[in-house]
Amino acid sequence: MFVSLNWLKQYVDISDITTEDLAEKVTKSGIEVDGIHHIAEKSTNVVTGYVQSCEKHPDADKLNICQVDVGDETLQIVCGAPNIAAKQTVAVAKPGAVLPGNFKIKKAKLRGVESSGMICSLQELGIEAQYVPKEYETGIFVFPEETAIGEPVESFLNLDDAVLEFDLTPNRADCLNMIGVAYEVAAILDKPLNLPEVSVSWEDQETSELVQVKIEDTKLNPYYAAFIVENIEVKEAPLWMRNRLIAMGIRPINNVVDITNYVLLEYGQPLHAFDFDLVNSDEILIRRAQENEKLTTLDQQERELNTDNLVITNGKEPIALAGVMGGHDTEVNENTKRILLEAAYFDGFSIRKTVKQTGLRSEASTRYEKGIDPSRVYAAGLRACQLLEQYANATILKNPVIVDELNTDEHVLKIDAHEVNRRLGTNISTEEMGKIFTKLRFAFDVANDEFTIHIPTRRGDITIFEDILEEVARLFGYDHLPYTLPKGTAKGGLTERQRLKRYTKHFLEGAGLAETITYSLIDDAQIKQFISPDVQKQQPHPISLALPMTEEHKYLRLSLLPELLSVAAYNEARNIHDIALYEMGAVFISKESTLTTQPKESLRLSGVLAGHLIQHPWQQASVKIDFYVAKGIVESLFRYLDIEVTFVQAEIDQMHPGRTAAIKIGDDYVGYVGQVHPFDQKQLDLKETYVFDIDFEKVLELYDRVPQFNSIPKYPSISRDIAFIVNSDVHAGDIRDVIKSEGAPLVKSVDIFDVYEGEHLEDNQKSIAYHLLYQDPERTLTDDEVEASYEKIIAKVNEQFGAYVRS
Amino acid sequence: MMQEELKALEVEALQKIKEVTDERSLQDIRVHYLGKKGALTAILRGMGKLSKEERPVVGEVANSVRENVTAALDAKKTKLEKAALEAQLSKETIDVTLPGRPVAESGPHILTQIIEEIEDLFIGMGYEIKEGPEVETDYFNFEALNLPKNHPARDMQDTFYITNELLLRTHTSPMQARAMQHSDKSQPVKMICPGKVYRRDTDDATHSHQFTQIEGLYVDRNVTMGDLKGTLDRFSKAMFGQDREIRLRPSFFPFTEPSVEMDISCKSCHGKGCSVCKHTGWIEILGAGMMHPNVLEMAGYDPKEFTGFAFGMGPDRIAMLKYGVNDIRHFYTNDIRFLTQFHHG
Repeated sequence: MFVSLNWLKQYVDISDITTEDLAEKVTKSGIEVDGIHHIAEKSTNVVTGYVQSCEKHPDADKLNICQVDVGDETLQIVCGAPNIAAKQTVAVAKPGAVLPGNFKIKKAKLRGVESSGMICSLQELGIEAQYVPKEYETGIFVFPEETAIGEPVESFLNLDDAVLEFDLTPNRADCLNMIGVAYEVAAILDKPLNLPEVSVSWEDQETSELVQVKIEDTKLNPYYAAFIVENIEVKEAPLWMRNRLIAMGIRPINNVVDITNYVLLEYGQPLHAFDFDLVNSDEILIRRAQENEKLTTLDQQERELNTDNLVITNGKEPIALAGVMGGHDTEVNENTKRILLEAAYFDGFSIRKTVKQTGLRSEASTRYEKGIDPSRVYAAGLRACQLLEQYANATILKNPVIVDELNTDEHVLKIDAHEVNRRLGTNISTEEMGKIFTKLRFAFDVANDEFTIHIPTRRGDITIFEDILEEVARLFGYDHLPYTLPKGTAKGGLTERQRLKRYTKHFLEGAGLAETITYSLIDDAQIKQFISPDVQKQQPHPISLALPMTEEHKYLRLSLLPELLSVAAYNEARNIHDIALYEMGAVFISKESTLTTQPKESLRLSGVLAGHLIQHPWQQASVKIDFYVAKGIVESLFRYLDIEVTFVQAEIDQMHPGRTAAIKIGDDYVGYVGQVHPFDQKQLDLKETYVFDIDFEKVLELYDRVPQFNSIPKYPSISRDIAFIVNSDVHAGDIRDVIKSEGAPLVKSVDIFDVYEGEHLEDNQKSIAYHLLYQDPERTLTDDEVEASYEKIIAKVNEQFGAYVRS
Repeated sequence: MMQEELKALEVEALQKIKEVTDERSLQDIRVHYLGKKGALTAILRGMGKLSKEERPVVGEVANSVRENVTAALDAKKTKLEKAALEAQLSKETIDVTLPGRPVAESGPHILTQIIEEIEDLFIGMGYEIKEGPEVETDYFNFEALNLPKNHPARDMQDTFYITNELLLRTHTSPMQARAMQHSDKSQPVKMICPGKVYRRDTDDATHSHQFTQIEGLYVDRNVTMGDLKGTLDRFSKAMFGQDREIRLRPSFFPFTEPSVEMDISCKSCHGKGCSVCKHTGWIEILGAGMMHPNVLEMAGYDPKEFTGFAFGMGPDRIAMLKYGVNDIRHFYTNDIRFLTQFHHG
């Protein structure tokens, strides 16, 4: 909502406050002022002048030579405007004048003729072209005849006005008009309010002789007043009114249209003027449109209507889309002599529905949707009649026809002053509180610190105690509320789950992986990709949005990897080849093809690695990412979390068939680690890339936050190394598992420290070396015991894998 | 006579010690003068011939000579050893300007840093952290927050619907209703809820269809608006600096009444007005308010007995302001050159 300060001044005295201070005060009291605009950039030395004569330039077809009286002198000005004529009062930039854009006016010769100044268009004076009335769009502006000569044009054209842009919250529809704004500003500044006085001289003829009004559903249209205005002279509206419309962002058209717009801005009440002769009926019927009924609206669009839309009809066919836009066929035009002026109240929800269906939104519909003041409907009609009398020489028939089922009762609230203070934490006296209600112009009684407040109908947003609480707080000033902290005690802190999430993230970051946050909404192709076997097993049905914005963001992810891999490709494309990233986030799992309940949101931990984890080339100590680097990170994480996992060779879609391991806890799959299939790497524009994907819900479930203390061994350990020669296809991990089980309980740990293929071995053979640590917590082991165990292990490994000890 | 001999011996020994340049020769000097068969011993053998009176006098001189020579030997030894070590170390010199072997290290996402910082601040004030579902019901996302179907304020939030009843949450506020419903009402509810939220927006420099929010809620008996103000003040000073000014403005949210918007003074211009703060001197940080009685009531609280406040803020926006990030899409593009800029917060 734009607020012209020159207009506002008519209602509230704001002469003692700067525009900036006013904006600040309004903002702090609850309506954010988004900006302060000036109608036009400042110009100097532009005055009104009277064109005494206007003659064709002898050497130029399109130029005229004008003698212009500017009060203290007569200037000869050569003017090229098509609408220049003698006896006009115009805006003259005298020599030495500066126009917006720092355009300086000097004396000049135009085709050999002296020209001392320039006759200006509104655009040249800084008014935006879109608000310039059509008749002056391509030429100079012409003032009304009675305008004084030789006066600066600023005030005549309202060029010195400043406009505040109010960013209204949905509850403050009362400030969608100048009177509402005046109430607000008067309350904030504690100033008197001077509202326009309205009176109309009625004709003797009864309105009902010419028109009857019927309403089909008074729930949707509880009030309709029809005024008949006759003897209209359609012409320009007065300059002051046009100025105000321009300031508020509306282009002037003619006096009838301008007056309805003006009253809309002034009272917040939409009005509509029908050319009554074109209505061609003595009946106005407001009803729901019929299915597929047609109406051509003012914007000359033919609209197909349905039964949700409310229409104004002439008893037969629609002549307006109620509360939204008038019909083209009954539009006021330059020949209009009689109008039917509508002042009505339409139900906001119904208007909202029509606006949504038609996509047609107007100043009128916006106000109906947000709610108008029921007490101002008739008053606004009256105001328009008064202005039509004054500025269109019109006459008004008496007793306008009114259908009235509208509730205009004031809401009454009983407010305990102590409760207000208790809720705000303040100590506002009852008297001071009363002053606040007085400033707001709420009528009230007070007895024993209890207020009985009559809420004016213009403030439809105030219905409950808390609404009054806000009114008191905002006028008392949020600045003046105390600073206190809640007295109640409560335990704060992270839950185990939250703590473990943080630990895990810190661990991965310490290992060199940067955290990423990617989009949860992914595309058609991504939704099918890199789904972990443990997710696949739950037979998820992809969840798609009903109305996606783009195809890229359509499905809720089932895996974090598709987006993580896009991130990897994005970075690869920018020559960043060392990639170590992880994300912790939810995937959305549901079996339902049409969702009826919320999906399971399952937390996953996924990572992507490529290039080098560490770059240290000069000592040949760079760490190039390969399967074991990726696996090592996962392994270390689980060791850190003290959760035992196993890795088994696995075949997973889109993963390298020989370089992928499923991660298992017991018999359950909890994810996988491996290289992306070279085919997919190529498809995704990736180099050799490794990923991991872990069901973090399972981790959270298994994590034991309080590991029990194990005493530090008192007795020495004994170590033994064994190297086995086995067939190449034997898995080192399988032998390790056998050593562990066969060596239990004395073997405390088994580490693989060498794997060798090549010279001194057969082609299909490899050697794997294990480091065994023996220890008994209760006593010192003897060599014989260790030797016996060692032999037993060798025998078992030989039996199971055909392995023999390398000597 | 013997005293002169001793003095001469001392002079000679000190001179030799001074001249010697290696440890081995120094050892030879020690043996030559002080050894069992050394020069000093030889002189002292003649002590027996001296008179009773002379003996202690000469003895004293002899001791002094031994001490002086020993001290000189020791000092020289230390000096030579040090020189030898220095020579050795200078051979071990390496080029310290060559790069060290790096350890792999990385850090949290900038939004996580902001969120955890805020979490920790509120944990310090006794708040719990709650996490809610990203796929919400229409009821919790809207209706339980006093936004019935067809409420005009629903227009303020363009929603990704999945079905008529299920949607991607447009704010973290549903956790207000969920937390209150789950509470047995015997204890205050004091929680914050960080998380991802979604809006039907076209991604550009200042809009993202996915972003983060943090909701805060405190419900108890006798919670006042002053408590809200004090809480926000403490949070803001801790988060943005003690020197920042805070301004509360009345506003409107369907689930709070009275409602508040909080601004902090602009860091770039200290309130004078600049492009960062759109020439207002203030930057909007969060929305808040006293719980609307309808919201309390729907969650099973008697609004006559219980009051509370709620607040909501956007870590994306806070991160943009704090670190001067000019495009929200950076947070979700995950350019490694962006991610690694903020590893230490």
